[in-house]
Amino acid sequence: MVPAVTRSQDVLKGGEVHGSLQADAIYYLTDPETGITDSTLAGKLIRMNAFTEVNYSLGNFTAGMRFEAYLPPLTGYDAQYNGAGVPYWYVAYKNNYIDITAGNFYEQFGYGMILRTYQEWTLGFDNSLRGLRIKVMPSKGITLKGVYGVQRYYWEPYKDFNRGIVKGFDADFYLNDIFKNLAESRVKLTLGGAFVSNYQQGTTKDIPSGGKILALKLPENISNYGGRFNLNIGGFNWFTEYAHKINDPNALNNYVYKGGDGLFTNLSFSKPGLGISLMSKWIDNMSYKSDRSVVNNMVSINYLPAITKEHAYALASMYPYSTQPGGEVGVSGTVTMHFPKNSTLGGKTGMSVAGNFSQVNGIKRSPVNDTTYVGQTGTLGYASNFYGAGDMVFFQDANLEVTKKFGKKWKGIFTYLYQTYDKDVIESHAPGDFGTIYAQTGIADITWNITKKHALRWEIQGLWTKQDKGNWVASLLEFSISPSWFISVMDQYNYGNSDASQRLNYYTLGAGYTYHSTRILFSYGRQREGIICVGGVCRYVPATNGLTLTISSSF
Amino acid sequence: MKIFRIFLLLAFISSSAFAQEGVFKYKKLPSVKMKTVRGLPFTSDNIANNGKPIIISFWATWCKPCIRELTTIADVYDEWVEETGVKLYAISVDDSRSMTLVAPMVNGKGWEYEVLLDPNSDFKRAMNVGPIPHTFLLNGEGQVVFQHTSFSEGDELNLIEMVRKLNRGEALK
Repeated sequence: MVPAVTRSQDVLKGGEVHGSLQADAIYYLTDPETGITDSTLAGKLIRMNAFTEVNYSLGNFTAGMRFEAYLPPLTGYDAQYNGAGVPYWYVAYKNNYIDITAGNFYEQFGYGMILRTYQEWTLGFDNSLRGLRIKVMPSKGITLKGVYGVQRYYWEPYKDFNRGIVKGFDADFYLNDIFKNLAESRVKLTLGGAFVSNYQQGTTKDIPSGGKILALKLPENISNYGGRFNLNIGGFNWFTEYAHKINDPNALNNYVYKGGDGLFTNLSFSKPGLGISLMSKWIDNMSYKSDRSVVNNMVSINYLPAITKEHAYALASMYPYSTQPGGEVGVSGTVTMHFPKNSTLGGKTGMSVAGNFSQVNGIKRSPVNDTTYVGQTGTLGYASNFYGAGDMVFFQDANLEVTKKFGKKWKGIFTYLYQTYDKDVIESHAPGDFGTIYAQTGIADITWNITKKHALRWEIQGLWTKQDKGNWVASLLEFSISPSWFISVMDQYNYGNSDASQRLNYYTLGAGYTYHSTRILFSYGRQREGIICVGGVCRYVPATNGLTLTISSSF
Repeated sequence: MKIFRIFLLLAFISSSAFAQEGVFKYKKLPSVKMKTVRGLPFTSDNIANNGKPIIISFWATWCKPCIRELTTIADVYDEWVEETGVKLYAISVDDSRSMTLVAPMVNGKGWEYEVLLDPNSDFKRAMNVGPIPHTFLLNGEGQVVFQHTSFSEGDELNLIEMVRKLNRGEALK
């Protein structure tokens, strides 16, 4: 018995514990000018979102869990998050040939148009699957994956088929590893394919439409499948994924029986000093959820990212685009260039230039017959031609960014954007409520390295538009002491609002302290309402005023 | 607010625990599959530098402070490599939306790092990374000896100073 005990201690000695945590807490203040009153705060002046995740690994085994608390959730997060618990746990075993996970997992097949589960804490987004995942690597260059499970829906436990059961299979073949005679080839080719099926109980459903109640017959198994390839020759890369979904009447497509299609393709070329990327996307009725009645971001099985550029500056992200899963067709092109030190354009210190253009239109839809209007519930919905663009421009963005150093102590990033934003479509308002916004934005972001450890950063931003809330100006001043401290002050001023009472200043004071991987941030002030996007998912954030404390750490 | 105090305490414990030897120290990187910018398979087990220190930096094309960090280091990277033999792995957590922009941006900016794609954040999750930029420093044996979240101008000097200390066999604070 003694050796057995010794052995188990040895085994435990080899184990590692790691994890991370974050807490975001806000003390809310009333602010009549932005419409925040005692009644909108409903007495809940202190709110907090927090999580802590712990992972344990020992040889080929890992296990972990995440505790989350929303007490109550911050404003802008769904009230259904109210509560605390463990929405995520798993145990896993992995060696060179097999990888098995039981419990919750995040998985992506190819580009994600067929299946992607992931988590985005800042958006309150989590569509993890709970069940079983098996990955098999039978020989070099071949990866097979199978998943089986149910998705997270806030805190609601899965029972009695209250949402769908998702099953999926994915195969990925890297030909240069599979065929020995291709191993040295300059041409690298990867092929992949995926099949996903969602079972949702219920063969009939009563849906109100045009003043009547329609008793719809529903398919219980909805599949989504497709293929992809990646071809690489030196600096050239061509990636394409196509997906087809069978008819899937759901709340987002107004319960029509049309199938769905999605195509994404990207062609890029790059060499030192030059990068070019061209992409194009076609989406037609591709919303795919494990509960057909859900209309928000939850229980999405697939992922339909926007191909437009994601902007980070405050005013540049005033009008962010997010994919319209019902239908859109878009193109995007990006060129990045670097002029090295001591070249004509680079000067003594070098210069980088990046230009980007994107446009997304609606798709062209026509009635399926003379007696059915486009999108009519309980019918085939509409007819569309592959890549048939509609006249409506949902979004357009032309932008240019120049990064330049001036001597040893100064550098600047200068950005210009011209955007067209169909607010009604993108934010799901009734047609004509807000119309289309045309906005120009200019930004200068200048850093002065005062000493090796002290830096001052200044941003000045302007946004000009005749529509929506009119013109804005914003400025930020940030002083940092490496490696631990920063303080900042920012103001965004809506000086061009046509309603004089809404020409407000949104000022914020902030300070932060970093020690290794622990970070404490503090801010006080007014936050304008807006849309925060990460990847392809966006969240509406209402205006707030108050004191924010954020703590994050990983170990 | 009781839970909040617990979180504050946990953050304190985790930051002090990190500095100590023991179960919280990464003795070995977790084994996770990623892709190179050419779309070829790559496993984190292959992150290596012939016994020299390694920097791993998590970044994304949409993350301004990440770009500032990598641009700042890019200006002196040649000198760093020559002097210390250090190698920087830049792990992009760009998802499908911007993953295909990584190679053109890296080349376009003339960065000479080893760049890997982690489009569903599998490696990021395995390394318990929260907000980015997040930088790890590994010693010659591949053990994580330092990590840092966020970037301020001057952080790069701190980082290379630690690389030098590792090369001299000195203990890090």
